[in-house]
Amino acid sequence: MSERIVELSAADLAAKLASGDVSSVDAVNAHFEQIDATEGQAVDSADPHKGTDGLNAFLHRNREEALQVAQDVDQARANGEQLHELAGVPIAVKDLIVTKGQPTTAASRMLEGWMSPYDGTVTKKLRAAKMPILGKTNLDEFAMGSSTEHSAYGPTRNPWDLNRIPGGSGGGSAAAVSAFQAPLALGTDTGGSIRQPAAVTGTVGVKPTYGSVSRYGVIAMASSLDQVGPCSRTVLDSALLHEVVAGHDPQDSTSLNDPVGSFAAAARQGAEDGGLKGLRVGVVKQLTGDGFQTGVQQRFNEAVELLQSAGAEVVEVETPNFEYALGAYYLIMSSEVSSNLAKYDGVRFGLRVVPEGNPTIERVMGASRAAGFGDEVKRRIILGTYALSAGYYDAYYGSAQQVRTLVQRDFNAAFEKVDVLISPTAPTTAFKIGGVDESADPMQMYLNDIATIPTNLAGIPAISLPGGLAPEDGLPVGIQFMAPAREDARVYRAGAGLERLLNEKWGGPVWSSRGDVATTVRDFAAGAALGGK
Amino acid sequence: MSAINREQVAHLAELAHIEMTEEELARVAGELDLIVSSVASVSQAAGPDVPATSHPLPLQNVFREDVVGETLTQEEALSNAPDSQDGKFRVPAILDGE
Repeated sequence: MSERIVELSAADLAAKLASGDVSSVDAVNAHFEQIDATEGQAVDSADPHKGTDGLNAFLHRNREEALQVAQDVDQARANGEQLHELAGVPIAVKDLIVTKGQPTTAASRMLEGWMSPYDGTVTKKLRAAKMPILGKTNLDEFAMGSSTEHSAYGPTRNPWDLNRIPGGSGGGSAAAVSAFQAPLALGTDTGGSIRQPAAVTGTVGVKPTYGSVSRYGVIAMASSLDQVGPCSRTVLDSALLHEVVAGHDPQDSTSLNDPVGSFAAAARQGAEDGGLKGLRVGVVKQLTGDGFQTGVQQRFNEAVELLQSAGAEVVEVETPNFEYALGAYYLIMSSEVSSNLAKYDGVRFGLRVVPEGNPTIERVMGASRAAGFGDEVKRRIILGTYALSAGYYDAYYGSAQQVRTLVQRDFNAAFEKVDVLISPTAPTTAFKIGGVDESADPMQMYLNDIATIPTNLAGIPAISLPGGLAPEDGLPVGIQFMAPAREDARVYRAGAGLERLLNEKWGGPVWSSRGDVATTVRDFAAGAALGGK
Repeated sequence: MSAINREQVAHLAELAHIEMTEEELARVAGELDLIVSSVASVSQAAGPDVPATSHPLPLQNVFREDVVGETLTQEEALSNAPDSQDGKFRVPAILDGE
């Protein structure tokens, strides 16, 4: 029985490409076959805003260019040229990252049809490594959301259950990796947008140290929080991709001028026998118990026990100021959103709506932004405008920045006692599409990010990896490791060590027990055509 | 903090340049009120001695070399413009009544 190309990890695929067992053209074709078999058909061929009856993970497919890059790689290999380790390994890119020659929409009507005249720095790095870009993945509009339901082009569906959300904002990248549409993807993480989707789709996602990956050419949401990072099915694969995209960039004034760490070496070390021996792990008391689903808590507790049995020293740590983190995050994030999104005014690019009569530019801006932005984006811009307005600035934005200091102090105190912190990534498994009534209580959706937000406030690195399936619903649970700033290697060491223990416990990766996604999509579409859900 | 009303949201929407219908103003006022009351405890969390953090990692005075880098051509810069004329962005009237 031959292993399916699409189920190979990026590291294994790279080895087969290097040895000549598989060509890059074959790899790209195999992934497009999987994409074609799982994306579904447009619900309404006249209206792209309704999405598809399948995964709907991709907003744009870049078939021609990807095949061209793959051909170049195969030719270069045949000529004996020295190539990057991941050359020829296909990748999907979140549609918040700009790519010359492909549309970039941020999943908003505001940028429908917009073609970036330049490449983001991370895009350039993928091109330099000769990694074929399969296409652009779906997200919550301008990365605002935890479910990908806020995309203006229809929701992405979770490959584990098509009636459920794949997390957000990077639900497209996570679903694509989970469903074998791509071995690797890039995401962005402002409050958990890489890690929470990884948790609910049974994949791996990493938010690097703030400033360690360039944000040049990444559509800004909240600039003091945003960070680009890798999505994959194994910890080692994320480490390999992280090394491709990290590094100083003079075009991003928040970019750290540090050498790129040896993340893959750290992952390999963590997965060795005794790789976790002596690792000091802190269980974050404030991120357990109340509010966490029973099965999530159960799988988390088992993971902690496994770490102990492998020689890690586990203690409990207190982070008392985390109770204010979610509130502080929503004030800081929305304030920065209101400022960053002011540029979408219908003047130089993006949607322009001209009302009847002889309107002034002000009315054109008001109408364009009313038509171009969805409800969640508007809600956050208005909240941010409120938090920054005269009379409220000190009480809200100023206080939130002080909380940021308190959260950093909590982390600093904890990291004096331990090497890494551990928590569940998200409080629940994937919920049903349409299952949260945000108008009744917008905070309910925001609570999905309760465990991921503190690291964004502090700028520190964190990983989410699959911890098994919750017994009550059979859906993936995510485990999160956090490390001090600039110590990203630690989350790879700890993550790869736990991944190995869990694979031994469950007899393989979390997805090995899942049914064939293409079949699931076919049945789902047939059911939908019959009028069922 | 007092409840957020429709008039406040109308003012914020004007500041943010987002036209809103009556229905939207009423809905967003309710939602904003819920969010703001949920995050109100933030203003009680820290004493006056706690400094504010605006940026997660301390980087100061970051400048790049003063050399011309990659730039867009005029054609590229205008390629996504909703309207342009004579190599410039074209916009509707700035002032009322021309």
